Amino acid sequence: MFRLGFSLARPSAGLGRTGTPVALRAFSSSPYNPHGYGSDPFGQKIAPRPYDGTKPFDKILIANRGEIACRVMRTAKRMGIKTVAVYSEPDANSLHVAMADEAVCVGPAASKDSYLNVPAILNAIETTGAQAVHPGYGFLSENSQFSDTLAKMGVAFIGPASYSISAMGDKIESKKIAEAARVNTIPGFNGVVEDVEHARQIANNIGYPVMVKASAGGGGKGMRIAWSDADLIDAYRLSKNEAAASFGDDRLLVEKFIANPRHIEIQVLGDKFGNTIYLNERECSIQRRNQKVIEEAPSSHIDPATRAAMGEQAVRLAQAVGYYSAGTVEMLVDDDRNFYFLEMNTRLQVEHPVTEYITGVDLVEQMINVAANRPLPLAQSDIGINGWSFESRVYAEDPVRYLPSVGRLRTYIEPEQAADVRVDSGIVEGSEISVYYDPMISKVITHGATRDEARMKMIDALDNYAIQGVRHNIPLIRDVLTAPRFVEGRITTNYLEEEYPEGFQGYSLKGIELDELLGVVGKIYAQTEAFKRSFNTETTAVLNDGPTAWDTHIRIAGVGEYRAVIHAATPERPVFMELVEENRVLGYDTDSWSPGQSIIHGAVLALDEGKATSYDPDGPMGDISLVSTPTSQFVCYTPLGFKLVHCGTEFDVQVLTHRQYLASKHMLPKAELDTSSVVLAPMPGTVVSIAVQPGDRVVEGQEVAIVEAMKMQNVLRASRDGIVKAVSIKAGSSVSADEVIIEFEPLPKKEAE
Amino acid sequence: MLSRFTHGVVSATRQHARTAAPMAAFYSSKPSPLARLEELREKAALGGGQARIDAQHARGKLTARERINLLLDPGSFRETDMLVEHQCSSFGMEKNKIPGDGVVTGSGTVNGRPIFVFSQDFTVFGGALSKAYAGKICKIMDKAMSVGAPVIGLNDSGGARIQEGVDSLAGYADIFQRNVMASGVIPQISLIMGPCAGGAVYSPAITDFTFMVRDSSYMFVTGPNVVKTVTNEDVTQEELGGAKTHTSKSGVAALSFDNDVEALARLRDFIDFLPLSNTEKPPQRATLDPVNRDLSSLNHIVPSDPTKAYDMKDIITKIADDNTFFEVMPDYAKNIVIGFARMDGKTVAVVGNQPMVASGCLDINASVKAARWVRFCDAFNIPIITLVDVPGFLPGVNQELNGIIRHGAKLLYAYAEATVPKITVITRKAYGGAYDVMGSKHLRGDANYAWPTAEVAVMGAKGAVEIIFRNRSPEELASLEADYVEKFANPFEAARKGYIDDVIQPAETRARIIEDLAVLERKKISNPWKKHGNIPL
Repeated sequence: MFRLGFSLARPSAGLGRTGTPVALRAFSSSPYNPHGYGSDPFGQKIAPRPYDGTKPFDKILIANRGEIACRVMRTAKRMGIKTVAVYSEPDANSLHVAMADEAVCVGPAASKDSYLNVPAILNAIETTGAQAVHPGYGFLSENSQFSDTLAKMGVAFIGPASYSISAMGDKIESKKIAEAARVNTIPGFNGVVEDVEHARQIANNIGYPVMVKASAGGGGKGMRIAWSDADLIDAYRLSKNEAAASFGDDRLLVEKFIANPRHIEIQVLGDKFGNTIYLNERECSIQRRNQKVIEEAPSSHIDPATRAAMGEQAVRLAQAVGYYSAGTVEMLVDDDRNFYFLEMNTRLQVEHPVTEYITGVDLVEQMINVAANRPLPLAQSDIGINGWSFESRVYAEDPVRYLPSVGRLRTYIEPEQAADVRVDSGIVEGSEISVYYDPMISKVITHGATRDEARMKMIDALDNYAIQGVRHNIPLIRDVLTAPRFVEGRITTNYLEEEYPEGFQGYSLKGIELDELLGVVGKIYAQTEAFKRSFNTETTAVLNDGPTAWDTHIRIAGVGEYRAVIHAATPERPVFMELVEENRVLGYDTDSWSPGQSIIHGAVLALDEGKATSYDPDGPMGDISLVSTPTSQFVCYTPLGFKLVHCGTEFDVQVLTHRQYLASKHMLPKAELDTSSVVLAPMPGTVVSIAVQPGDRVVEGQEVAIVEAMKMQNVLRASRDGIVKAVSIKAGSSVSADEVIIEFEPLPKKEAE
Repeated sequence: MLSRFTHGVVSATRQHARTAAPMAAFYSSKPSPLARLEELREKAALGGGQARIDAQHARGKLTARERINLLLDPGSFRETDMLVEHQCSSFGMEKNKIPGDGVVTGSGTVNGRPIFVFSQDFTVFGGALSKAYAGKICKIMDKAMSVGAPVIGLNDSGGARIQEGVDSLAGYADIFQRNVMASGVIPQISLIMGPCAGGAVYSPAITDFTFMVRDSSYMFVTGPNVVKTVTNEDVTQEELGGAKTHTSKSGVAALSFDNDVEALARLRDFIDFLPLSNTEKPPQRATLDPVNRDLSSLNHIVPSDPTKAYDMKDIITKIADDNTFFEVMPDYAKNIVIGFARMDGKTVAVVGNQPMVASGCLDINASVKAARWVRFCDAFNIPIITLVDVPGFLPGVNQELNGIIRHGAKLLYAYAEATVPKITVITRKAYGGAYDVMGSKHLRGDANYAWPTAEVAVMGAKGAVEIIFRNRSPEELASLEADYVEKFANPFEAARKGYIDDVIQPAETRARIIEDLAVLERKKISNPWKKHGNIPL
């Protein structure tokens, strides 16, 4: 094979990132403490099978998909238990199917026909002979009928008893139980709201702001805040629709909304012998649209006394409903550390790994043991707090407007897993993020001795995470992780709204980060230009040598423009660039890199006498020093440059020669499509309703249509006053992103005045 | 030191020393032959004068010389005929002469490799073509033919120099004749950067590729005014002959770009794929991209549901060096994808059915688009990689009445005639006549592979069974359909017969192709002697 004769990239031993791959963290439970015989708190006698290291089941079925199915399987495999996956037709090639020992198709794409298709799942249990079912989260995890049916079949449900699910599944009922168990609750009307007028009365009694939420709900769906009667009417209708669509139950309730709250939850774990412990708190205050984005354990807001008080109340509540298996008691905590019961989730939570990191307990293992009638091998005194852990939920969504993004993961490279970095995902490069399921791509979890250490590891992990093909929220997560307010722990559930009132506008490079970006730009440009000249001269004529340096103008969209003379790498030295305006020199080196490779581990170098005027590319190298070792990502070439990811954010970079730069001054800007007179579908989805018809007059901000995607209803509003000119889509039809739904024409001149 | 870099030209082996303006001023006071030359050069360099240059800039367009400077390596341009003037003496033209006469011609290098270029100067007589002007173009075309190097035309011309009458028409025809003689000998590319109307359009039309600049170029045989007079149709210049029209509707242009700077930068990238002439192998560049790069994501790119689409370009970019695919005609007949890629640094041409658009079936436009592409690549020794997922030719009255038979035949002809290395990978469907057409073994395919997801059959199972077994009950048909699927909805039947050389894992595709290309480098077959074949035009 013909290869380039000289080295374009100098090896940079010792400068690059080091790190040896470490196997996925293995969880081990504490030594077993026999608890003796016990009994179900509701009277049923159970003979416990003492834990002797043997597997509690031979085979379990995981009634879920994606990362959680894979996560459950990992523990099951470690315990020597065979696994059965269920899958929908489009998931046939997915990772959870490949990981399982057996897999059964349970229906077509739509969840209700597959992952919620109870007869098909029961059938899968029977044909595979699975002895127990882990439901993961979502889908059938909090369906008491399902767990009842399993019990009748003699199949264990790896979760709580159906009566616990029912008791906690209803928000109104659960609040009453909580009050009875002396758990702090939020003021509000404890009952189902009859109609919108009733809602308005309740709201006026307890005072705005109020929260309207679905009685059967969870995960932020069917949940809205109202600050006035007008808001309430909107909120009531939308929540009711969403509740009906998501849960098949449109009952709503209204309660006092606590401003500046922190969302802090207690993990509980119980067995069938009345042993219940709490595994400390998780703080999940970083949320968008009431969905969690970044979680951590422990919480920087909670002191030991509050922790104990919250833990004890959570255990009390669990015991009040005869709770066994893993569960979570969600609380709102105010500035003064007053805490109020919100709801109890009777399942494994998405964010359970942070608890696993700080306690060393594998929650899935414990759930499986409990389901096999084994007593908890842990007492409250066994539970400590070891360091700090963060979890980031990586969603396929536009980080500006939080709208889901669907597509194929053209490039997908996860950060290396290590003892302190865990990536829970159910996808691989080439997987499809579809409209049918949750847009979560993965969870990245890190652990460190301190909050700061865990945080820095998370930043490093995200920098080494390459995702192309869908938009995702890593830019936003990374920005939050470096924000002073977050670093200081001053967070509330309103954090994202308060910090990004206009939506996330992209990361602003700070300090050395700009040099890091310029350095990698110089490196890529120099290498690209050198390769353009690397023709095999035996088969084509090459009449002259190429330049060894380029006088360039580097334009980074949204950042700035920099004049730089970029010197090609030679066998003796890496790429150097003279930043002309700043009269200084910057070096950048990397291990062998080619454009097919996303992640670039580089080293920013400084000349000890860093002035451009003293830099002589033909002279001796002089002393260089290492400034930083950044990680960047190459995305793709563009006509006049390339796209790079640095600090989590994508940058559009143009590198123009001086001639191109002079010529570009004459180029005219391109006219953009005037979108003020149209309403575009913000994402692919289904049009639920259209509120206007041609000829209608609309005012700016008026609702014109609702588009549903991924079970979220999005209200589309008129962007201007005007008259509806055309409605191009019917309710019920599906739309693709940026498809025109409604066109407006301006009001006649007279009226506009 | 910084002062060395202030001219924008950092270093190049060939730089032309030009006497600076103050020197010219010195000489002008004392007339001498040297001063006279500098005076003429200065005059030529200014073209139609500063006012017209400013007007050109105000339209977002560069001058003829600025364009050449962006296209060629710094300092490499060698101008010819800078001093040529027109010979017209009618209508007062004898008093109106500008050295160079409205076109800048010469040679230079693109990343070190020689090319010839002409750049029409709109600031001089609106870039209108005179006999002398045509002569300049013909001169560099002749030279390009004699040394075997591409000719690049940068078009920005109002049309014929009307004052010259038939001389101007003769000039066009001289160029057309040379375009035809050069066709298949040296690559010819036209970049339309301004107006190109009337008979002038036929020179770009004969060249291998026509590119356009969006919003500042247009091409038509007759403009909107004539159209209005003759057919009473109201149409804007942009709708009739803008870049969008020609890249998406007419297929006249292969690519369009946002502006002059972008167009010239991309044109350089495009030239880098091409051999200098038909006697050269396509160029090879160094690469750091491993042959055995992990491509396991390709193993599940074909959806389990046979009716579901996937993007063929995802496959192309994964198997190509550096994940880079230079697509050609991306907006026309999107049901077939064509373009350049590199494999182990060597240029390859890609043809792929696109399941995302009209299920990837072959229709008139797709057949013509791919046929011309295959013939270009065959003429210039560029190996053809064909990725097949084709359910057949598009049925329909419109297609039949517009001649899908003769147009579809073009693609068949092109593949059958091609003697370059032909490597074909069937990713999913290869049905019916379209299977034969798409670089099949039967059309002298050198390496024909199928992924395990491939289905090589006359047609889909349902239709086939309904034809073979008439008057059967639905139950029987269902079982027969299952039999048919078992027999033909896989690549193994074809593999048993040797119609495909091997069934391969998708992840192996890149390495296989690269290894085959190395072997096929020595491929030598020729077609029987003939004056030329008779492709169904």
